[in-house]
Amino acid sequence: MSYFGDIYRGIKTLLTGMSVTGKYFLHSRKGAITQQYPDNRDTLKMFDRFRGEVVMPHNENNEHRCTGCQKCELACPNGSIEIIWDRQIDPESGKKKKMIDQHIYHLGMCTMCGLCIEACPTDAILWAQNFENSVYNRAYLTKVLNKPGSKLMPGVEE
Amino acid sequence: MDTTTIKSNFKSEEYFINMGPQHPATHGVLRLLLTIDGEIIKKVEPDLGYIHRSIEKMCERDSYQQIVHLTDRMDYLSSHINNEAVCLTVENALQLEIPERVKVIRTILGELTRLASHQLWWGVMGMDVGALTTYFYGFRDRELINDIFEETCGARLTMNYNIPGGLMFDIHPNFVQRTKDFITHFKTKLPEYDRLLTGNVIFQKRMKGVGILSKEDAISFGASGPVGRGSGYSCDVRKHHPYSAYNQVTFNEVLKTEGDSLARYQVRIEEMWESMAIIEQLIDNIPEGEYKVATNAVIKLPKGEFYQKVETARGELGVYINSTGTKNPYRLKFRSPGFSNLSLLNHIAVGGKIGDLVASMATLDLVIPDIDR
Amino acid sequence: MNISLSITKNIHNWLFSIMPEGVASITEMVLIAVVYLAIFAVAGLYLVLLERRVAAWFQLRIGPNRVGYQGLLQTMADALKLVSKELTGTIKADKFLYNLAPYFVIVTSLMALALFPFTQEFQAFDINIGIFFLIAISSIGVIGILLGGWASNNKFAMIGAMRSGVQTISYELSVGLSLITMVLISGSLQLSEIVEVQKNGWLIVQGHVPAVIAFMIYMIAGTAETNRAPFDLVEAESELGAGFHTEYSGMKFAYFFLAEFINMFIIAAIATTIFFGGWLSPFGITESIPILGLFWFLGKTLVLIFLMMWFRWTFPRLRVDQLLTLEWKYLLPLNLLNIVLMALIVWLNLTIQF
Ligand code: SF4
Ligand code: SF4
Repeated sequence: MSYFGDIYRGIKTLLTGMSVTGKYFLHSRKGAITQQYPDNRDTLKMFDRFRGEVVMPHNENNEHRCTGCQKCELACPNGSIEIIWDRQIDPESGKKKKMIDQHIYHLGMCTMCGLCIEACPTDAILWAQNFENSVYNRAYLTKVLNKPGSKLMPGVEE
Repeated sequence: MDTTTIKSNFKSEEYFINMGPQHPATHGVLRLLLTIDGEIIKKVEPDLGYIHRSIEKMCERDSYQQIVHLTDRMDYLSSHINNEAVCLTVENALQLEIPERVKVIRTILGELTRLASHQLWWGVMGMDVGALTTYFYGFRDRELINDIFEETCGARLTMNYNIPGGLMFDIHPNFVQRTKDFITHFKTKLPEYDRLLTGNVIFQKRMKGVGILSKEDAISFGASGPVGRGSGYSCDVRKHHPYSAYNQVTFNEVLKTEGDSLARYQVRIEEMWESMAIIEQLIDNIPEGEYKVATNAVIKLPKGEFYQKVETARGELGVYINSTGTKNPYRLKFRSPGFSNLSLLNHIAVGGKIGDLVASMATLDLVIPDIDR
Repeated sequence: MNISLSITKNIHNWLFSIMPEGVASITEMVLIAVVYLAIFAVAGLYLVLLERRVAAWFQLRIGPNRVGYQGLLQTMADALKLVSKELTGTIKADKFLYNLAPYFVIVTSLMALALFPFTQEFQAFDINIGIFFLIAISSIGVIGILLGGWASNNKFAMIGAMRSGVQTISYELSVGLSLITMVLISGSLQLSEIVEVQKNGWLIVQGHVPAVIAFMIYMIAGTAETNRAPFDLVEAESELGAGFHTEYSGMKFAYFFLAEFINMFIIAAIATTIFFGGWLSPFGITESIPILGLFWFLGKTLVLIFLMMWFRWTFPRLRVDQLLTLEWKYLLPLNLLNIVLMALIVWLNLTIQF
């Protein structure tokens, strides 16, 4: 008799499974978890801590907060940041001061670990939330973070 | 292994198949050299090294803060727990007093990681035995955990949220609410997992009595995690050597004595319930306080050897650091759970069919970068 | 009314008026063949689309919805892509058999389509041993799979082919026996006749208990015949990669793929004809409009196809020895018992007729 019992129980478990999928089938309109990605660009908002790419914000006078202390360069585990700096005369105080020439960031090598941003004493670099980082040429992934002609925001000290 | 040795110890009715490195069942770039007689497996030889990135060697070059982010890339499904392991080792070596808040948050995130990992495993497990729909149900729920991680840590997979001394930044204000919502949601969904797959007569027939691993073998192969506990080997690091806040919570170590694929499957399903219980105990009373203690910008460990083990979603992860007092470790070694779990694949698969091999491999829950590092 | 009928009659008369009889009938056959080919190639493509949409809905997804309105042209585009792809092959493959195999599969499945009475008039080939012919034809398809798997010089394909041999030989039996159970009650092998009999109630109602059992066995065995999950051991993708068609690409792969879907249609269409009254409407509500028979036939078939899709997207796959256990230990004995039961019921006149 257990022969027929087995068949009965077997069919019952199969129907239980089908009821689960069947339920989702009937609610398929509401339940769809698909993100229709390029179409929903406008509504797609990343969380504000999302690590998309390292950027250096500038204010309206084209000034940034990077003093050229190179802490981020040291903190980076894979050499994604290179800082080219120079000692120049500060026009205000007239003293010689370390100033960045170029803050180079290799997005292609960055592992998004966030150590550089933690290390920066002046919060000169931040995470941007953009995630569409693909480009057609690898060279485009090497970015200079400070804008041309930008200078250090007054009052920012190491 | 070169082909001449394979040919020389070969019976004529047997044949030889290369499963992988690109094969849907090996979940990555694992290569299995199978010796088969008809459908019956005679021998399984795993061949590794396809995704070796020499993480341990890279660690010898990096500072202790930098090492943490490399461990994200080992067992990427329990990256938070890997990070925690390294951080705990460094903190123990420095004898830092870690705030309670950090411990509790680490524990909650660790359990969320375990849940996410098991959900993914469940989806893939179903797919390996041919039920494709489970994959999407598993991922639907895992997505919610990933959102929690993304909001708090900034990344979904490679979190790198732990630093030696605490956390990189405090939890997001929405964290508690989101986690609670997730628990409520998942409590209604987990029984569905059982109804869809566990109870299914085909699934039971595929799993029961397949890939049996006795307790003695589990111990001698160094099995850990759900694989060991499925064979009745009590090996939960969270119970036996509690770290972080695991000594403050009550939970059961899930043990099954059958040792077959079904037992390993059920251990993971029940562990999901336990993980939810742990989170529920902690989520309402995260203590106030600092989220990190200050460390030197350049961490130098004292001279000596340090070892710390944690329980990842796959089993026991050990971190061994040999320091000579400089800012880099002299030698760093990971004892990864996947490696020893893979070593018993030959033992449990021989004599079964090809389908059995795939099913038992799925219950081992291998993550190849964890094995190769 | 009877649009299809009048058109074919007109063409028939016209052909016979301009050609000698022999040529005309050959031309007519070719014409019908081409029409059938065109219809079912397109129908097969839409079945693929249906499967993908249904799968998506089971899996909380949306499914293909970009090419054409709601993705209606998606599979057309896929077919176009497959046509334009390079045909690759392995060295040391048995070239002749390797190239022959897809045609075996697709031709047999198309051949079986000729037999179905879609409406009272719309039937290409009303042979008096219809069911017998169907069973015979459908088992030829497996030769194509065996050849394909063996000739492609790939061990995974070889295992797939061997599994398919085992599977089809076993399940052929159940399909045949469950249909024979129904033949007992219909009293004929001719498909049009079988539908005719059902004017007094569909056979699944007429034969009640044994008919329901026969239907269940038929659906299980039929799913196995088409190599679909949970019986897709032949192409078990987590075990064998792609199984017997691992080494096929482009259009040759498409033939295998299309044949699977046409076979699914065939299995569902047989079930519709034998168990659910073919083109007959329920309680004869649309008997006065014969062309609606097509609607009823396709409707019933689609419901059964949906059932098969539901199986596929819910159940895990069986192991090869369990597949044989299921057939030889469960389906076959049940089937034999069922035949005796059916014979008794027919003999004692216990059938339900309206
Ligand atoms: S995020 Fe990490 S890898 Fe990227 S630049 Fe900063 S420190 Fe380097
Ligand atoms: S970005 Fe920050 S850390 Fe890097 S050089 Fe500039 S100020 Fe220093």
